Amino acid sequence: MSEAIKIENNLLDEKLILGDPTFHSITEKVSSISEQKTTKEWLLAFGIAGSLLMLLLALIAYLVWEGVGIWGLNNPVSWGWAIVNFVFWVGIGHAGTLISAILLLFRQKWRTSINRFAEAMTLFAVICALLFPGIHVGRLWVIYWFFPIPNQMGMWPNFRSPLLWDFFAVGTYFTVSLLFWYTGLIPDLATYRDRAVKKIKQKIFGILSLGWRGGNRQWQHYEIAALVLAGLSTPLVLSVHSIVSSDFATSIIPGWHTTIFPPYFVSGAIFSGFAMVLTLAIIARRFYNLENIITLNHFDKMAKIMLLTGSIVGYAYAMEFFIAWYSGNIYEYFTFTNRALGPYAWAYWTMLTCNVLVPQFFWFKQLRRNVKFLFAASILINIGMWFERFVITVTSLSRDFLPAAWDYYSPTIIDILIFVGSFGLFFTGFLLFIRFLPIVSMSEVKSVLPQADPHYQGGKK
Amino acid sequence: MAQIHGILAEFDGPAALLKAGKQLNEKGYRKYDCHSPFPIHGMDDAMGLKRSPLGFIIALFAIIGGLVGLGLQTWVHSIEYPLVISGKPFFAWQSYIIVTFALFILFGAGAAVFGMLGLNKLPRYHHPLFYSDRFKKVTDDGFFVNIAAGDALFDKKSTAAYLKSIGGKNIEVIEGEE
Repeated sequence: MSEAIKIENNLLDEKLILGDPTFHSITEKVSSISEQKTTKEWLLAFGIAGSLLMLLLALIAYLVWEGVGIWGLNNPVSWGWAIVNFVFWVGIGHAGTLISAILLLFRQKWRTSINRFAEAMTLFAVICALLFPGIHVGRLWVIYWFFPIPNQMGMWPNFRSPLLWDFFAVGTYFTVSLLFWYTGLIPDLATYRDRAVKKIKQKIFGILSLGWRGGNRQWQHYEIAALVLAGLSTPLVLSVHSIVSSDFATSIIPGWHTTIFPPYFVSGAIFSGFAMVLTLAIIARRFYNLENIITLNHFDKMAKIMLLTGSIVGYAYAMEFFIAWYSGNIYEYFTFTNRALGPYAWAYWTMLTCNVLVPQFFWFKQLRRNVKFLFAASILINIGMWFERFVITVTSLSRDFLPAAWDYYSPTIIDILIFVGSFGLFFTGFLLFIRFLPIVSMSEVKSVLPQADPHYQGGKK
Repeated sequence: MAQIHGILAEFDGPAALLKAGKQLNEKGYRKYDCHSPFPIHGMDDAMGLKRSPLGFIIALFAIIGGLVGLGLQTWVHSIEYPLVISGKPFFAWQSYIIVTFALFILFGAGAAVFGMLGLNKLPRYHHPLFYSDRFKKVTDDGFFVNIAAGDALFDKKSTAAYLKSIGGKNIEVIEGEE
């Protein structure tokens, strides 16, 4: 047997789902997660997340009452934590879309175990992201000025501004992610409907599942819809973070005004998003005993994607410095020396350690399959990617063209608590999702089992 | 007696269902459907289904979305309220690309989901098939064929016998209004 055929056979033999499940055992395993009684751990987690959400709402009310002066913004640094948090959250969302759309187009069947909750993560992360520019405008009650709607002032939004592009890009991203996620849920909601014992549950899932009956005449259209949604989401997800980067890149601030920003931001977004998927997957897998569905192979593959995107991010950091020197532009050169050696050097080196050094450990297979190490690494990468956005936003602004205008930016306690509160918003949504909806796509996992293939001969070749 | 909706038969698995789908098509049945917990590869060909028109619907709406986006921006900045902002031309098409693209995607995705629901005649809360307790398995591990009473070849006895002859089990007559 030639080497190539051997490798191909090994690939075919690789099991996506462990423990030789049947169609029914998949249904049981996934449904039992939301059918069991509410666990104490869940209630505790929900209590914490809910409290943080309340804190967030209270602080937003205070912000609307008092104005953005309660934040640490100062004269050169007019974009602070709110913008940092916006880019951080919207970036996290990207991994969900990558898993559900791009990996679907590439026929990566392993994604079926993790796509559902990665998509849910996208939704809640984008909600958190939309919050920050919303409250950053200060006068929340006139936010409708963003919308192209006729008004008594005869005033229209400026479509030539990247901030408006962003509004459309992120708004579309949220809507499409929601549609994609819900479309994927329909067959599984029908499973919940058919398993429901209580009348009220039957009614609720009966309405939510929209009357799905799993006929091939339905699947036929359904599969086209899923494929096209994936095809539309792929350029969308790549464009969203490119447009977020345009908010920076179309300005003339040194350190922002560069063409490397779109690909650099997109790979950073995927990098940070996978770190967040990994964090959540490791926790969910442990609490709900999903070791056979979310396997070490999944973690291995996610770590490889993080190694790739993390290395692209590291390359972008290096290239920024090279161009700052090679361009001969003194402002650009100063900005980057200032990043590495100036007053925010601590943030810069935190970012570099977490984002460039940590993923390099993923070259080792033992570490890619070591759950504890992965968990620690995913948290560090999340921290590092938040610092990346902080470094980009704040260092460039705090040292602008006139030394007389320079100032050091530090957040106030309100800044910090609003960011902490946004985790409350994220986890409240995510915990409700875990409690009540199927967190693994049952119909898709069943379709990748070997016995789902009509040519399956009971395990014999 | 209630109106007959159709005859339901259960099959063993994906392979048996695929074979049944093909045999029914060759026998000349037209108004039948093969129900399964997940889409089965090759079933469209076996049942002799035409390609879904959904792709064209999506393309049409996506293009409309793109034109709406481009038209809106052009109309606002060139006709409704021409305003010089940072010296850019009124018709600055380069900066219109992004909103045009976003609306192209938005309309396309909307058409994909709502078009899919429309073609599947969903949402609907009730269907005669839901009267069958056995049919609940279809979203778990059940594989079913349902032949509608409206089919030209439908006959309560002979259709049931034919389903049995090709491997159908637990044959059930479904009653109820469509």
